[in-house]
Amino acid sequence: MATEIQLPALSPTMKEGKILKWLKKEGDQVSSGDAIAEVETDKSNLEVEAYDDGVLLKILVPAGEVAEVGAPIAFVGKKGEVVNVSAAAPKKAAEPPAAEAAKPAAAQAPKPAAAPAPPPPAPAAPKAPAVSVPARSSPPAQVVQLRPEPAAEGRLRASPLAKRMAQEAGVNLGAVQGSGPQGRIVKRDIQAAMSEPQAVRPVPYVPGVRAEPDVLPLSSMRKVIAQRMAEVKPGVPHFYLTIDVDMEAVLAIREEAKAAELKVSVNDFIVKAAALALSKVPKVNVSLQGDRVLQFHTQDVGIAVAIEDGLITPVIRDADRKSLGTIAAEAKELAERARRKALKPEEYTGGSVTVSNLGMFGVDAFIAVINPPQASILAVGAVADRVVARGGQPVVRKMMTVTFSGDHRIVDGALGAQYLQELKALLEHPVRLLF
Amino acid sequence: MAELAWREALNQALSEEMERDANVFLMGEEVARYDGAYKVSQGLLAKFGSARVVDTPISELGFAGIGVGAAMVGLRPVIEMMTWNFAILAMDQIVNNAAKVRQMSGGQLRCPIVFRGPNGAGGRLAAQHSQALEANYAHFPGLKVVAPSTPAEAKGLLKSSIRDDNPVIFLEAELLYGVKGEVPEGELLLPLGKAALKREGDDCTLITWGRMYYHVEEAAKQLEAEGIHVDLLDLRTLKPLDEEAILASVRKTNRAVIVEEGWSFCGVGAQISDTIQSQAFDALDAPVQRVAGLDVNRSYAAVLEHAAEVNPARVVAAVKKVLYREEG
Repeated sequence: MATEIQLPALSPTMKEGKILKWLKKEGDQVSSGDAIAEVETDKSNLEVEAYDDGVLLKILVPAGEVAEVGAPIAFVGKKGEVVNVSAAAPKKAAEPPAAEAAKPAAAQAPKPAAAPAPPPPAPAAPKAPAVSVPARSSPPAQVVQLRPEPAAEGRLRASPLAKRMAQEAGVNLGAVQGSGPQGRIVKRDIQAAMSEPQAVRPVPYVPGVRAEPDVLPLSSMRKVIAQRMAEVKPGVPHFYLTIDVDMEAVLAIREEAKAAELKVSVNDFIVKAAALALSKVPKVNVSLQGDRVLQFHTQDVGIAVAIEDGLITPVIRDADRKSLGTIAAEAKELAERARRKALKPEEYTGGSVTVSNLGMFGVDAFIAVINPPQASILAVGAVADRVVARGGQPVVRKMMTVTFSGDHRIVDGALGAQYLQELKALLEHPVRLLF
Repeated sequence: MAELAWREALNQALSEEMERDANVFLMGEEVARYDGAYKVSQGLLAKFGSARVVDTPISELGFAGIGVGAAMVGLRPVIEMMTWNFAILAMDQIVNNAAKVRQMSGGQLRCPIVFRGPNGAGGRLAAQHSQALEANYAHFPGLKVVAPSTPAEAKGLLKSSIRDDNPVIFLEAELLYGVKGEVPEGELLLPLGKAALKREGDDCTLITWGRMYYHVEEAAKQLEAEGIHVDLLDLRTLKPLDEEAILASVRKTNRAVIVEEGWSFCGVGAQISDTIQSQAFDALDAPVQRVAGLDVNRSYAAVLEHAAEVNPARVVAAVKKVLYREEG
């Protein structure tokens, strides 16, 4: 009996996926675990794995077509087995006539998805191919990350000695390429990293147990506020606070770091400051989930990365506990993989605040839209010479404007203002960012 | 310094200790009138008489028991096992009496006895006569286990074993009896429980004992030619184990390969590997590798016997593995 392979949900927000490429042809032998197709989701390009052993009998969704999550995209079974697509794939109860119309073609043609696109009478029909069927109880296909990066795998492989050496020398293991089996980082790799002067050598961040967020009920006052705000401003009711930050001190440190061949960007300072400010003002470190509030105990900061056709916000976990060097290396690595669409879903979900920086485009100030379910976002403008008053005199200083957008259902103006004050203080007196 | 064969070095040790202490006597199959199955006891009957060089019937459990009893009442017996394969018959006396009597008597009785004889393969002696059995004895509290590699060490360690107040399992090898080496003149005593560092290098620690030392030395020479320098640690005593020497070397080289003639499963190497991982974990750059006899009974057929035993090529390959320099 042929088993259908359904399009799995490859990211938490994925509703449909476009088959970019079939990695196996009809008639090819497939084994459980083989990557059979490359799929473009709303976030990344990922591979779909076969769950069963057998022969790829039929491809239902050709490359270039879009399928809904749960829709069958292929059949795997015994060699020579005949697949009756119409019988195997009963149409959805709520399916508009479009699917009905396309079905005969599907039953005959070896590539049913080549059937014409849904005709105009069914504009609401999903972009899925005509044979789209409800998900059955067959086991879901497994997911693997496309182009896995050794450093980005769940577990970093390093010999005990290499780990100790890295810690002592302040080498970021995540930035070291392992030369041992399965990318294991060994002694010689650390030695090589230590001999490179440009290697980032931050104080090592040792991940501990990450505290789970508390789930708190909304107080009745909060409920009323949330309800009222949502009435006035549907969706996530934003409010905005703007503050100017003197960036002279940050720039001075950055110059010194550069002279010491330590690469760190202004944005890395802002990420660290945003995280430390969260720990100072924990009431901003929240997320509204239905009628509950998640109170985080970890300071995770998203960074908005512009990519082709859109943007994505990878999250730097525990940014309050990581050194600037670690944040710099991680941000660089995440942004690079974001551009290649090679991020894993868990790398761009969670966190309570995002830093969106358009300074490099010369934008002085802007207002950003919150990335739900986060509760706030920081819109960061360019660092530029501006005339400001100091001690009653006009002086030229390197200034930067930051605009905070808050989710007014759970964050109020005074709280946001307190958070911005902390952020400003941390950036104007950045010594606390260095430890 | 004289060049002596192993059997001559052992003979000297026995002769010297018997001269030194009238309580020392030798007992076993064919040790007296035949001058020893491997000629270790050559001339001892003539020199010390039949009261101190005693031939026994083929009854390992019986004469091991006589030895244990003699030791308990103050003598210092040296019991020769024609091979350690035959001593399997004497396990009850060795394990249940010799190893335990000191503790079970609350220290009132001691058991200063040496069980000695050839251990391991002799070359085409088939499954029952080719076993390296050190792991069995090292397992039991109360026994010391000694396995030297060179004639000088055999002499110095046998003399120390005879003088030790505890039961000592002294492991020789048929294939070593004819091996010659320099033996210093005069009194030679080597401490039990002390390993010898026979080569020094920073790349890997090679740990071995007994006859395998010669395979490991050969492997070390080949590695040296390829620019790989090893610490070669000859343990000499397996129990008590010289953990200090092992750990010091592994902390220096960050890698270890353990080579033993016996089977891998529950072998002495497994114990050493545990010592390393538990006490020098942070020093390791690679998993500890072991080279041991394959987990199969020894064949009489030469080709099959060789296929199952340790050789220098296997040692070289293991060292390259821990150095991440595998070929092919």
